[in-house]
Amino acid sequence: MNGFGKPLKIALGLAVIAGLIIVPMNFNRYGLFILSQWAVMSIAAMGLNLTLGYAGQVSLAQGAFVGIGAYAAAIMTTHGWPLPAAILVAIALSFAVGWVLGYPALRVQHHYLAFVTLAFSTLAFLVFRNESWLTGGIYGISNIPRPNVFGFATNKPLPFYYVCLGSLAIVSLAVWWLIRSPWGRAFMALRENPLRAQSLGIDTRRYTLMAFAMGSALGGVAGALYAPLTQYIDPVPFNLSLSLDLLMMVIVGGAGFYFGPFLGAMIAVLLPEWLRFTEGYYLMLYAIAVMGLLIWSPTGILGILDRYLAARRTKAASALRAVAKSRLETAQ
Amino acid sequence: MSNLFDLLVAGLATGAIYALVAVGFTLLWQTSQTINFAQGEFVMLPAFLMLAAMHAGAPFWLAIILGILLSMILLGLGFKLLLVDPMMRHGVLPLAIATMALAIGIKEAVKQFFSAEASPFPSIVPTGDVSILGHAVSLQSIGVLVVAILAVLGLTALLNRTSLGHQMQAAAQNPTVARIIGVPVERMILLTFLINAFLVALASLLITPIYLAKFSSGEVLGQAAFIAAIVGGFNQVRGAIAGGLLIGVLDNLAAAYVSTQYRAAVPMIFLIAVILLRPQGLLGRAEERTV
Repeated sequence: MNGFGKPLKIALGLAVIAGLIIVPMNFNRYGLFILSQWAVMSIAAMGLNLTLGYAGQVSLAQGAFVGIGAYAAAIMTTHGWPLPAAILVAIALSFAVGWVLGYPALRVQHHYLAFVTLAFSTLAFLVFRNESWLTGGIYGISNIPRPNVFGFATNKPLPFYYVCLGSLAIVSLAVWWLIRSPWGRAFMALRENPLRAQSLGIDTRRYTLMAFAMGSALGGVAGALYAPLTQYIDPVPFNLSLSLDLLMMVIVGGAGFYFGPFLGAMIAVLLPEWLRFTEGYYLMLYAIAVMGLLIWSPTGILGILDRYLAARRTKAASALRAVAKSRLETAQ
Repeated sequence: MSNLFDLLVAGLATGAIYALVAVGFTLLWQTSQTINFAQGEFVMLPAFLMLAAMHAGAPFWLAIILGILLSMILLGLGFKLLLVDPMMRHGVLPLAIATMALAIGIKEAVKQFFSAEASPFPSIVPTGDVSILGHAVSLQSIGVLVVAILAVLGLTALLNRTSLGHQMQAAAQNPTVARIIGVPVERMILLTFLINAFLVALASLLITPIYLAKFSSGEVLGQAAFIAAIVGGFNQVRGAIAGGLLIGVLDNLAAAYVSTQYRAAVPMIFLIAVILLRPQGLLGRAEERTV
């Protein structure tokens, strides 16, 4: 994204943030629910982008971590614990489970890793569904309370949307910092060339596990917000298709691009809603749109922008070269 | 013990169907590195094509032929030309994601244009039981097993005994060298897509009478086929067959002896164990490129 000037970029960013704060103020209940869902799914997709986009480890289990976070939050808050404590537990729990799930990645890669994580995802779903003493089984957990933030109740849709948006902002800043830290560079080294990373002294073993654990922890955060958002959870939303959806969000937005998950979540959450006027056809059109986009640009939406900017830079550079060359020729 | 015998027969019958689907899955992977997440939906769709043909007034035998032909055109030729060809050179993952989208698209199309309800589907084998070794075995199970075994034997004969099959194997194992020695690699890849489409149509014909035709029935089936393919060995046709039979039997035994709630967990745990202990699959050879 180096093609724009820095002030322009900052202005654009501020405009988007202001828009996200002001525009929804007169949205109805459903619109706010969808936007909150976008914020929550962006957090989960950002976690997966860390694991997949930056560290290059395929995971089909992000939905399971959203589930783990959601159940942790639902069980704790219905027993009278405050939501922040529940979020911390959700983070700790999904971090730990994510760490363990990272171990297969030390042994197998690519589609094999995809299938190990797919199997984990199915196992997690079975636990959510069958351990009814803990999770309420197929009846789920209802009456999940929404938190009080600094003394303000967030029971209404608009305040809770701001809770989701605020959490998204905090997570975005943390991830922004992380991928610019040596950690983020180590992740990218892991993706680009694990052998070389290792020979440069990067502990690839530890960073692989870390990539999984951190990505999963963000899935847990998303889940801990999802539970109070819907105020009722059952196992169905956390089945394999959520993991597949999250993977689709990351790839469609652009894996390995910082803004990819935001756009991907927008496509996956909002596009079907916008297409609802087509009634029964909306998911079909959504599927066709995703396939068309991937055929056009396999690196996702931001891949298009990236290529455009790269082409412009090459053009600018070759123009400069041409000028320099003609100057040389006239000098001769 | 009669219970165990019944479970084994039922397990082998479903396993044989899984094997058909898994074989197609591994063929696509070998020749074009396509991980087809829509494979389950590929099995679901032909049954609806056949039902549509019957609704239009075609007799059952004609509907079967039309269904198989249509599925070879749509799921073989169309799938390859429209989705796989433009995406193949961009790596495994974007194509895998595109097939996920395709799975959603097929499911929704069936729901929209046909029905969201489960429809009954006629069986090619008459219902009833025969007595084998003093056990009543349903004709349907036997029919499924016989057809699946014939299909698999036919395919193995094609791959191992004919020049065409050798060319296909060469195209899969080393496309560059195959091209040099004059194998029409592109045509061989197309052929594997057509074979896959034929196999899924056959599987559809066999399994739909048992589980009814429903837009969502591909999900479980696709997953079972993945597991079968991985467990048996991603790069081996006979591995996929063994994996399919094994998963079918395991699934049935788990339902009876472990718990109905966790029956789906048993194949998954088995899958994780196989991947971690023997990633090339039970019958596969190590694949240096990917592991």
